[in-house]
Amino acid sequence: MNDFLLIFRRDANFDMQLTPAQMQEVTKPWQDWMGGLAAQNKLANSGARLAVDGKVVKSDGVITNGPYVEVKEALGGFIIIRAASLEEAAELSKGCPILATGGNVEVRQIVPMQ
Amino acid sequence: MQNDQLLPNLYRTEYRKIVAVLARLFGFEHIQIAEDIAGDTFLLATETWAKKLPENPAAWLYIVAKNKAKDHLKHNAIFTQRVSPAIQHESSQVNELEIDLSEENINDSQLQMMFAICQPVIPAEAQIGLALRILCGFGIDEIADAFLSNKETINKRLFRAKEKLREEQVKIEFPDANEINKRLETVLLTLYLLFNEGYYSSGGNINLRRDLCLEAMRLNHLLVTNKATDLPAVNALFALMCFHASRFDARIDKDGEIIIYDEQDTALWNEELISRGTNYLIRSSRGEQLSRYHIEAAIAFWHTKKEDSAEKWENILQLYNKLLILEYSPMAALNRTYALGKADGKEKAIVEAEKLTQLADNHLYHSLLGYLYTGIDKATALRHLQLAFKLAKNKEEKNRIAKNIKALDK
Repeated sequence: MNDFLLIFRRDANFDMQLTPAQMQEVTKPWQDWMGGLAAQNKLANSGARLAVDGKVVKSDGVITNGPYVEVKEALGGFIIIRAASLEEAAELSKGCPILATGGNVEVRQIVPMQ
Repeated sequence: MQNDQLLPNLYRTEYRKIVAVLARLFGFEHIQIAEDIAGDTFLLATETWAKKLPENPAAWLYIVAKNKAKDHLKHNAIFTQRVSPAIQHESSQVNELEIDLSEENINDSQLQMMFAICQPVIPAEAQIGLALRILCGFGIDEIADAFLSNKETINKRLFRAKEKLREEQVKIEFPDANEINKRLETVLLTLYLLFNEGYYSSGGNINLRRDLCLEAMRLNHLLVTNKATDLPAVNALFALMCFHASRFDARIDKDGEIIIYDEQDTALWNEELISRGTNYLIRSSRGEQLSRYHIEAAIAFWHTKKEDSAEKWENILQLYNKLLILEYSPMAALNRTYALGKADGKEKAIVEAEKLTQLADNHLYHSLLGYLYTGIDKATALRHLQLAFKLAKNKEEKNRIAKNIKALDK
């Protein structure tokens, strides 16, 4: 088993338009999906949700305000899962609720520190 | 009270008090002496009470134990030399030695003993065994029964555990305030396992198993009523135990077999324990800390609701999600999937259940799949139930599965 980082990207405008009640509705599929991964003992770290605002620090000392990539592809959060292969990790990502709202999941194997 | 029951009952309630107080006085390294003195006291009671019962039997035991302790200090020079420095600040002379068997000192001694025994350096089952012996006054034969083991194994286990604690120079004392949360984690886990040992293990003596649960509750209650240990997780665990205990009478039939939750007579659920549990659950919600006991107590709270509502099962499902995200366990994975079936329908639960391949050799997993496929795909349901029957380890469980196989044809 290896650890894989799942990075969630979605349109940052989407989150900001949600009412608290809609937020509640969004929460259930996430809890169910992560609960399902955890039930398979494949959730290594429940990660975090990220705020929309951010800053980027560049090598010349310039700090710019985020979002620093396309607003439609803003980083929304991450978790770490356990899987036998990159293929399995990608397969497990298919259930991610971010896909239902036009977002995507980037799957990257974590290389253990030597 | 019948005379022949008097001594066993006093043994259960007083032995542990005498041991805790004396061991605290002598130090953990001399716990064997404390146990021997308490044991000798009861032996003398057995011999003399048959002729004449003392007016106040408990007080008699205390006086005899105190005198035996003083005799021991007087006549055992080596012991006195080694222990005396420790005791000297309490009393300059052995003769004046005050052995304090007041309720307050007994409670303090028992609490400190709890911290002394619950140490990660010894295995959990040894912690539970020691707790049963020293804190609950169970006999070795009773502990052997509770673990479905034999006296020799238990004796060895307890001996090794005490040796280990001696090597580690464990002290019978309250942990520092800044350490208490960390130390309580081990204590709470031991109490949780002690309760579960009584609640979930099948086979053996039902009354004894219920006693394990009641002892876990008594010790947990000691923690709840002490200011220093009255912390959110301690209250949450006590709430959990109250909720589970509320179903004691409903979950066991007249033949001693477990009645599953769905088939229980809810009129037998104990309302008083449910409301006590609710109070402690409310008390547990102070502060920021959310322990697994909080989540499990909240799950148990929803299980005390008699009506099968969508709200109930959706809440239970989300709590199991939370519990699993915090910490994986096979039971939580199975229960979560059952709750999913109740909340979102069996079809959805089957999809999720089929993913739990890590549980393929667990009979409860196939029982769950058998249940989920019942009413949807009879052949598959039967296949899983038969596999569950094959994998089940004891008679009680096989009986229950056989009943479910029979019910498929109805």
